[in-house]
This record gives sequence, C-alpha cells and structure tokens, in this order.
Amino acid sequence: MPSSEDWINNPLGVVDGIFGKRQESDTNLADSNVPSLNDVPLHYLKPNSLVKFRCMVQDMFDPEFFMGAYETVDPSTNSKELRCGKYKDLVKSQQVDFNSRNIVTSERQTFYCVPIPGESQWNSYACSSQARVVPSTSYTPHRHKRSYEEDDDMDMPNVDSKRLETEAPCQNASSSHCSSNLDLNFPLPGERGPACLVKVYEEWDSFRLNDMLEVFGVLSVDPALSFIADDKEVSSLLDPTDTMETAEEQRAHSPPASLVPRLHVLYAQPLQHNNPLLPSAISEDKAFLSGFLSELNSVRGELLTYLTHVLLGDALAAEYLILHLISSVYARRDVLPLGKFTLNISGCPHNSSYTEQLCQIIQHLMPSSYRLCMSLHNMNNLPMVPRKDYTANRLVGGILQLASNTSLFLDETQLEQGQLDATGVRNITALGNLISWQKVDYDFSYHQMEFPCNINVLIASEGRSLLPCDSQVHLRPTVSPPNVEEYLKAIQLAQLPSHLNKYRVYLTVARLLDYSISEQVTKAVEEDFVEMRKDNPQSISAEDLHRMLVVARLLSLSYGQTTLSRDGWIKAKQLEMVRTSRTQQQECVNGNEP
Amino acid sequence: HGAQESSTGELQPLPTSPGTDLQSLAPQDTSLFSMDASSPLIYDTPSRGTPARQRPDLGSVRKAPQVDLCSEPVSGKAAGVINLTECNLKLHFAITEALNRAFVCLQRFLQQFIDPTSREGENVSLDLNEPLYMQKLDEISVVGEPVLNVNCGHVQAFDADLYRQLICYPQEVIPTFDMAVNELFFDRFPDSILEHQIQVRPYSALKTRNMRSLNPEDIDQLITISGMVIRTSQLIPEMQEAFFRCQVCAFSTQVEVDRGRIAEPAVCRNCNTTHSMALVHNRSVFSDKQMIKLQESPEDMPAGQTPHTTVVYAHNDLVDKVQPGDRVNITGIYRAAPMRVNPRQSQVKSVYRTHFDAIHFRKTDERRLHGLDEENEQRLFTEERVATLRELAAKPDVYERLSSALAPSIYEHEDIKKGILLQLFGGTRKDFSQTGRGNFRAEINILLCGDPGTSKSQLLQYVFNLVPRGQYTSGKGSSAVGLTAYVTKDPETRQLVLQTGALVLSDNGICCIDEFDKMSDNTRSVLHEVMEQQTLSIAKAGIICQLNARTSILAAANPLPHTLLSRFDLIFLMLDPQDEAYDRRLAHHLVALYYQSEEQVEEEYLDMAVLKDYIAYARTCVSPRLSEEASQALIEAYVDMRKIGSGRGMVSAYPRQLESLIRLAEAHAKVRFSDKVETIDVEEAKRLHREALKQSATDPRTGFVDISILTTGMSATARKRKEEVAQALKKLIQLKGKTPALKYQQLFDDLRAQSEAAITKDMFDEALRALADEDYLTVTGKTVRLL
Repeated sequence: MPSSEDWINNPLGVVDGIFGKRQESDTNLADSNVPSLNDVPLHYLKPNSLVKFRCMVQDMFDPEFFMGAYETVDPSTNSKELRCGKYKDLVKSQQVDFNSRNIVTSERQTFYCVPIPGESQWNSYACSSQARVVPSTSYTPHRHKRSYEEDDDMDMPNVDSKRLETEAPCQNASSSHCSSNLDLNFPLPGERGPACLVKVYEEWDSFRLNDMLEVFGVLSVDPALSFIADDKEVSSLLDPTDTMETAEEQRAHSPPASLVPRLHVLYAQPLQHNNPLLPSAISEDKAFLSGFLSELNSVRGELLTYLTHVLLGDALAAEYLILHLISSVYARRDVLPLGKFTLNISGCPHNSSYTEQLCQIIQHLMPSSYRLCMSLHNMNNLPMVPRKDYTANRLVGGILQLASNTSLFLDETQLEQGQLDATGVRNITALGNLISWQKVDYDFSYHQMEFPCNINVLIASEGRSLLPCDSQVHLRPTVSPPNVEEYLKAIQLAQLPSHLNKYRVYLTVARLLDYSISEQVTKAVEEDFVEMRKDNPQSISAEDLHRMLVVARLLSLSYGQTTLSRDGWIKAKQLEMVRTSRTQQQECVNGNEP
Repeated sequence: HGAQESSTGELQPLPTSPGTDLQSLAPQDTSLFSMDASSPLIYDTPSRGTPARQRPDLGSVRKAPQVDLCSEPVSGKAAGVINLTECNLKLHFAITEALNRAFVCLQRFLQQFIDPTSREGENVSLDLNEPLYMQKLDEISVVGEPVLNVNCGHVQAFDADLYRQLICYPQEVIPTFDMAVNELFFDRFPDSILEHQIQVRPYSALKTRNMRSLNPEDIDQLITISGMVIRTSQLIPEMQEAFFRCQVCAFSTQVEVDRGRIAEPAVCRNCNTTHSMALVHNRSVFSDKQMIKLQESPEDMPAGQTPHTTVVYAHNDLVDKVQPGDRVNITGIYRAAPMRVNPRQSQVKSVYRTHFDAIHFRKTDERRLHGLDEENEQRLFTEERVATLRELAAKPDVYERLSSALAPSIYEHEDIKKGILLQLFGGTRKDFSQTGRGNFRAEINILLCGDPGTSKSQLLQYVFNLVPRGQYTSGKGSSAVGLTAYVTKDPETRQLVLQTGALVLSDNGICCIDEFDKMSDNTRSVLHEVMEQQTLSIAKAGIICQLNARTSILAAANPLPHTLLSRFDLIFLMLDPQDEAYDRRLAHHLVALYYQSEEQVEEEYLDMAVLKDYIAYARTCVSPRLSEEASQALIEAYVDMRKIGSGRGMVSAYPRQLESLIRLAEAHAKVRFSDKVETIDVEEAKRLHREALKQSATDPRTGFVDISILTTGMSATARKRKEEVAQALKKLIQLKGKTPALKYQQLFDDLRAQSEAAITKDMFDEALRALADEDYLTVTGKTVRLL
C-alpha cells in the first residue's frame, strides 16, 4: 500500500499504481497536513501534489469528455501499456496510440471555484496556523499582501534547487500574459486569492452553485494548459473547430494555469460552515459539542454584554443582533423560506463611521461577511445579480452571489436623495427578493433563473428601512460617547482574542443546532395565539405569529436549548412585545412614518 | 464527380436477403470501414441526372475511433457472428448486406407508412389514410424543395429494428435513406427537376435527450435535444473540395477535404514538378457552415445548477435558420472530435471537443407565433407517469387533493386555491375565427384583493414557481412598456429589435402581477386588450404587429377596485376571518410549518412535481366539450343569476359572467381528465363563482349580490369607515334636538366642520343611505326628514 507520504507527494503515481493493479482503495486523508491553496501561494506548491482548497462553486462549465484510459507505445521497445487518464490534464502526445481500441472515453465536470466570498481575515489566519507544510522557512502566510505579478521578479533564496527546477518554466510561461489583466470573476469587488478549475470525476450532479466545498485533489499547473494567444494561428490550422471559440471564451475557460490552477478532485466534501475554529462536521463530533454546550450560556452572556456596549448600551438591540447572527434558513415550504431573520437596526447615527465600525465588529465575529454601502452611486452601478456572459460563456459574479450564512451588511445610512436608474431599481428589487424569499434571480439574458440562497441580511438605517425586513429594532442609546470611533475601538481592544474566538464558535454552533417543538408546547402556543386574538384581533396577525415562532426558535437556540419550552415561548413573546412597543413609540415620535 | 462514379454495384438493392442470422449492423470497429457519406457508393442509383449534393452534416468530421464497443445495444447472436479479429472482408460484406436490408425496409416504410392519428401541423393538408411520405414526395415534386423530413417516431412504429439502426448508425443509414427516397421519387416523377437530390432529414428521435444526460455512449448517434439558441456565428465557408493548379504546366486537380484537412499534392502528376501545385480559391467548392451555441432550456435544469451549453454546426440550408433566443429541438449526430496533436507541443490535453452536426431544426416556439395549437409540445411523459396521473384523476376527491397541494404553506383560503387551480388548468380553446367571431378566451383571470399581509404575494410567488411559462411582476415597478413589448436598437447592428415584455413572455402561461393597484392607469389600460382579446398590438418605430398574449392573469391588490375588474373571472377577497376556531387552526398550521420535518410534509401533501405534471398533461391532452345537460345547467345558472338582481333594479350578471362560468366548468372537467363537461363541473363552477362574488360583491346592506360593487367598489376598511361616518352623522342629528327636517347642504357642512377626517359628498350620501336603511330618516330632494 502507498504510504500517506506518497499520497501527498505523488498521488498520480499512486493512482497509476492502483489503476495498474485494478485495486479498490479507500482514500482516507488526514487533512491536517495537506497544504491548502487558500493560504499557501501557488508557486510554493509542487505541481501534481495533493492540495486542499476551501472554496465556493462560482460557475459550472460544460462536462468534458476525456480519455479515461489510453494506450501508450514505447518507441524503443514497441511495447504497449494501458494507462489511466484520470486526474491529469495532459498526456504525452508522442507516445499515445490515438487509434487504439482500448481507449475509454470518460466524462468529468469542471467547476470554477473561488475562495469563499467575504471570508474574514481571522478565518484564513486561523487556518494557516493549523496546516503549514511548506518547505520554505521564509514563507509567512500573508494572503493579501503580494500580487502574483510581483512574484516573478522576487527571488526565492530559501527554496531548494529541485523545486526551482520544476517551477521555472511555469513561471516564465505565465509572465507573458499575466499582464493581460485577467478577470478572475470574484463575486465581491476587491477580493484576491486563487481561483481554481476544479475537475470532478464522480457524482457532479450533487454539487450546487454557491456550495461551500473543501476539495482535496491533485494540483495541475502545467503551462501547456493555458490559452496562449500566439499559438492561435497554429492551432487553427490544425483544427478548424478551434476558431469557433471566441478569444473571450478561451480566456474564461482556459485561463493561465499559474493564476487559475486546475485541481483534479480525489475527494470533495460540502462544508456546513467555514469556521476554522470548529471541526468541519460538528453534528458528528459529540465530544466537542457537549464540551462547548456546557459553557455556552456564559459565552452568550459575555457576547451580549459586548454587543450591548457596541450598540451604545442598547441591550434589546444586542439581543436581536444575536438572534439575527445565528439565524439560518433551515427549510423551505414551497416558496416560503423558514428560519430567516432579517434585522433592521434603525436609528443608527448618521454622519459618523458608526455603521462602518459596527460592520467591522460583525466581520470579526462571522466567518464571512460583506458590507454593502447603499449609496446611490453603488445602487446604480454595482453589479449585484450574477449574469451570464454568453460571449465568454460564463457566469459573471455579482455581489449577491454569496455562500450560505454569509452576513450581508446593508448600510442604508449612506443612501442619499436622488434618482435610481433602471439598474438601481433592479438592484433594489433583487435585494427585496433576497430578503423576502431568500432567492436571487440570476440573469441569463433570455430568461431568469432562480437560485435559492441563505444570506443573513442586516440593515443599518436611520429611519425604517426601505427594504422589507422581518424585524426592526430602533436603536436607543443609553450612552453617548463624545467620540464614537474611539469608544468602539476601545471596546474592541478590550476583547481578548480568546474571547473573540469563543464568540465565533458560539455563533456557529448555535446556528447549527437541531431544533424541535414538542406536542405540548405546540398546543400552548396555539392557545396563546387564540387568546391574544380574542382580546384584540388587530394585536397579532398570522405574520406576527410567523415572526414569533422564528424568534422563539432563535432565542432557544441562542441558549443552547434544542426544544422550545414554555418559558422560551413566553420569553420570546415578551421580547417581541418590548420591541414592537418601542417601534410604535418611535413611530409616534416621528409621526409621519407610515 | 467523375472520379467517384466507379464502385457502386454491390449496393444495388437485393430482392431477397441471404439467410444469415445477422440481425443488425455488426458491432464493428468503426475505423475499419470508411463509408464516406459523400461517396458515390451511396449517391448514384436512380438520380437520372439530378446532381447529388454533399451532406456535410453527415460527414464533416472524421469519426473518432473511441466508441465504446460494449455500450452498443447489439444482440449477443450478432456479436457472435462477427468476430473482430476476422478479416475485414467478411465485415464489409456484413455491413453492405445490412445496409441493403435497410434500404429495402426504408423503401417499404416510405411506401406504406400511414399515421391516421397524426396531429402535426405540417400534415394538415394531407390525407391521413394514405401513405404519408408518398404524399410528401408528391409535395416535393410540386414545390421543388428537395428535403424530406421524416419523423423517427414513425420509423420506430413501422420497424423497431430499422429505427435502432437509424439511431445508432445515422452516418450509414441516412445516406441509404436518401438513396431509397430518390429511387422512389425519380421512379414516380422521372421528369422532375430538382436543385439536387432529395435529402432526408430525420427528426424527433425518440431518444430525445436533454443536454445534461448526454454521455460518451451517445457519440456518433442520432439524437434529438432541446434547448435555446444563445449565439450564432457568422457564416463560415467550409471547403469541401480544393482546386489545385500546377504553376508550371497549368494542370489542375481536385482534392476532397478529408476530416477538415486538405492533402496538398506534393508533385504535379502531369509535369512531375515538386511543390508546384497552388490552391485556387475561387474554383474550390465550399459549403456553408455556421456555429450555433445551444443552451439547456430552463425547464430541464435541476435546481441550483447552471445550464449546460453545447455547440451545434448547421450546414448548407440550415444556416441562419435559427436566431439567438429561439427554443429549438435539434436532431443531429453527436460528435466528439479528437484532441489536436500539435507538433510543437510534447503534451496534449486529453479532452475531446464535442458538438452536434445538425440535420434538422424544429423551433418549439414557432407554433406559438403562428397561433397553432400546442398539441405537440414535447412534454414526454412516460407511460408509468401517465398511469400514475390517470390513477390520481380517477380518485373522487382529486379536485380537493390538488387544491390542497397548492401552496400548502398558505393556510386555508380553500376556494381561492380552487380558483387558482382552475386557472392553472384553463378552459378549452375555441376557435370561431371562421365564423368571424374570433377566438374565445380560454384563460381564466383572477384578482386577489385583500388587506396587506394576507399572504397574497406568497400565493403569487408559488404560482409563478409552479408554471413553466410564468412571469412575476409588480405593478409598482412595471410600465406599460415593460409589460407589453418595446423596440430597441441593437447597439452593434443598428437594427431595430422587438423586445417582448412580461405579458408576451408568459403566453400560454400565467402572468402574476403583484400590487396591481399601484399600477398606473396607463399601464392598466394596456391590460384591457390582453385580458379580453389575448393579443397585443404594437405600433412603434415603424414596427406594427400583433403578438399573441394568451396569458392568464393572476393579480393581487390591496382593496382598490376599478373598471378592469369585469375582465377578471374570479375576484377573491382575502381577509382575516377573525373567529376563534379559525385562529386555532391557523395557529396549528403555522406551528406545524415550523416543527414538521420535510418528510412529514411530503407525506401530507402531493408533490409539487406531480402537480406540475398533472397540470401539464391535462393542459395538453384534455380538451373537454360541453355536454347537453351541462349546457342546460349553464343556461339555468345564468338565468338565475340575472333574476337575483332584476327585482331590485340591480344587475347581478353580464354575459361575461356566463363566459366565465363556461371556462370554469371546462377547467373543472380538465381536472377530472374528462373529455366532457358535465353537470358536476357546472355545479362547481357556479359554486366557486358564487363564493367569489359573495366575498367581493355582496352588498353588505342587503346581503344581495350586486355586481356593480365590483365596479364602484368598497373594501372592508371602507365599509368600516362608512359605518363610522354614519354613526357620527346620527350623533350630529341627535345633538340638533327635535327638528323634523334638516337642510341637506347644511347638514353636510356641519358634518364636515365637525369631523377631523375629510368627508366627501359620496361618503355623506353613503351615511345618509345607511341611516335611511335603519329607518332613522328619509331623504327627499334637498331635505332630510327624521322619522
């Protein structure tokens, strides 16, 4: 049997060996010491080695047919050998017998994967500290610091000569077209990181667009894979079908391997979450879960205090913020998404960087998040909805192409008076649809296609938000620091990293807990509803009950309770009552609000 | 083609087949026999001077030798006969023999095939009891278009084995087919002059695939796939035959293009000069070629995935047959081109390029434009599926089952769901255009009125997700232009392009319009035409046309009625009923929504997919007609409806209501999969119509149905307001003390001065009428008398 070292250093050899012997083998990869594409710059990784990649499926290309098995002829001995064509992009053309009867055509699917959009910085640091297999000692994982263009000019003193050898041609080949400013198609503006063409050999039907995946596979970075412009005339002479693909299409589908490496999947697992502080499958890790549940309540208390400070002393808003942060669409009943809890924090101070800092604080807590300034300019210009580019035959990402449980912070305080143009209206509609139905209608030009999503939308606004939302809390500050910025910075500094980590674990765990309602409590809730309606039918509508049930669920989960208790229900009701009365008061104060 | 007319003898049709047990074409290594489609082997026999035309659609690309042998559906017997290691001769004989048999079979098929049940649009003028394809040959002799479209389904019905051969070996069988057709044709019409020999274009291979299910086994087979054209290339001249001339002695020679390559003669055969042959472009033979990008139709796609695309090459007269945006069924041969070997590179990608060579296009939305019925909609239901649906239809409570399966997350509103269900099925389309009365609308339009927050939007969303051609717009954001159609100038070509809006896009579907009341009057008036005539007229920028918009409209509005109301068949009022029992059930329903698991819910309700199929099947396959009793029942119902109001001088029914009743009854019959509208259908139509009217058009004072309420309108909130005004007025009068009569104007002014809210004259009149009804006062002219 191949050792695990063989697997890491030379998986192709192992695969070939297995294929030769026609053996079945379970791949049991200990993921701890597999280098990750997310953290290790590409040129530090050995071609054809095993790597892992934490990513989101951004686009799905057409399936491709390839030689699953082919025959090679050794020119010197004239002996034939059957070889496996899986997990590699290229075969040596001189030796392949293209007319062999033993060639097996197989099918594989290519996904265009990008790092999970909006992944917070603490997330990648935490990860890289876990797995460092890079031979180089000088290397420090700084994902955002260097650009690939610069890498060519940099000397790498500590890399041993053997590695240099393998890398040198790769680097040279890439330098020529790196300059052509390739759009790596990240959904969010300003993102960096490796995009990857992930080739899947099995059960590709089970993958969905925007899935979060952890992929283990063979890295393939051969420069011959890249679409090279100079070669075009040559190739078109050889095969007229080549000219049918537009240059854009080729560029999108065969980008330089030095920028967009190919990854041949041996094993891929969908991720429940992308929080590196937790085991990837927590529901199975009972020990971890029970250990954390014991201190869950104290963590919740601390987090509440922290958020209360952050929200200028408003404990109610902090409570709702926690509920919002742990909310998640857990099921859909026909078109209705259940479990979503869009929160609108109104009354945010205008003319200060408060919302920006609030968002930063949330970014420090959530594994992935994005702040969208709803300024008029942004609304009229930003591409929000992903659209299909038929010229390049790819899905061009938009801001709303986000992985599950990404926190989307909409900053409505930035909105000023003015006219929305057609794009602006479409963007607002898209945001509205996202909030109401948790879906985004991707633009396929001839038709729209609906993609369900699961995005936590938090709206910060001055007055009531113009977008629909599940719940609105008007901020009622109890402290008024002279300098909000300083104040918030001080609060943040007061939090120890270990505390922050606890909060992060807490928020993810609470979201992933199971939840149920017992028969008894069901009855009680029903009674309660009838009772409330009897007194005043206007006091509670079906919609209110919907919301209360969600609040009750989230409140229970936030205390680590997996079933709804009577107490939990009453607490939720009270919480809602306090909130609605505050909203009503606010409306009275403002008077003119609808 | 002089050099080609040599070796033909062996393919003359043999009258009897020798007694081999070769049942099918041999499982050959396809590289062994190179039966080039364009070779004279095929095109010679009976043409009598009409030139053959090359078929680049069959032979443009070399066949890749990677066909998986084991995947061929070949009987074990035949596989035993042909041993691959045996000599090519035997194989060649076997193939020739099989093709000869195919030839005979195909001629028999053409001469004999009758399809009395054909419902295809293009066969309208043909006598269905005569051999179909012989009539088509007659047509060709008249029209002179040398193309014969053959439905593969017919071939299969005629001879399953032949069909299998056609599907598996199109490259060989189609030329044989051509030959068979041409022989028959020129026997029959020896003097006909055609541009070139007839080419057979098979279509609707039953192996209709969606793009997603294509796999390596389909390579080189005849396949029909459906999809949407997203891009077409410019015309590409593809060289078929290269013309070379020696620059020394001017000797010329032609070289056929083989697999996209030209073997340039290195030596002149005449003067033996090396490298003296030069290509002469304008004497070479080219054929037209076009690349088309086809994308999976949205209906075929599993949720959460992006559509696949595939490349299609159209050749010769198929070029420019389709435009981006067209929905098409393409029948063609699936190809996998081998990877290119670049001498400059030591390594090659191990990936094949796949494409289709199109043989036949069929636009699936073309019939919509021409107004023909959509009977042939390629909604293929398996027999089991149909059996399941029929079983469901036979259940006595199918109507209730289906309606409760509709938007299960929305509580109760049973009648509204039933109404929407009937809308989904629609009435029967009737064509009276021959008698000059035009089409009768079959679509049912529904308006949901109700206070905010009564899950109207949710219902609309659900319906929009359920129907294949649904559109969802909001009255707030949509302009008349966005709903109907507009003309834009293409920035690249400077051509005017007609862009269709939501109503046209949802032709044959449902257009859901939320916030109907927020729509501008201008926009709403556009709906008039659509809702009654089911067409849209456009006169803009020199484009004048009428588009079909046979759209059912499901609209939702906050209470605020207007004149468009009469176009709706059903108007429902969605209100909070506010009684304890209801509240209890509502609470139970909502809580259950949150704690039930997915499986439990599925058990309880019919699957959305079943519902979809059920509706699709009923829409395409059932078109009920009124029975005698049903007609009588309808007449009675209408007369009754008229009677109700006539006593009090109110109109309670218009002819439009009768039409609505008919549509509803037909839809209900469709729900039962019944070809006849019976009395029970009429009963349900009546009941539903009455319920809807009761909700929305009952005069609250009298309890009578007054249709005029639909046009004047009064909502629940308005009603309440009215009552308040009436009470205020009563108080005012009481304060005035014992005066038997009051001045109308005086009272009105007093009331206005006293109340905070603005009181209109209408409201004042309403209040007076309310008080008059209580027998508190009477109004005579300008004076109000207390009683």
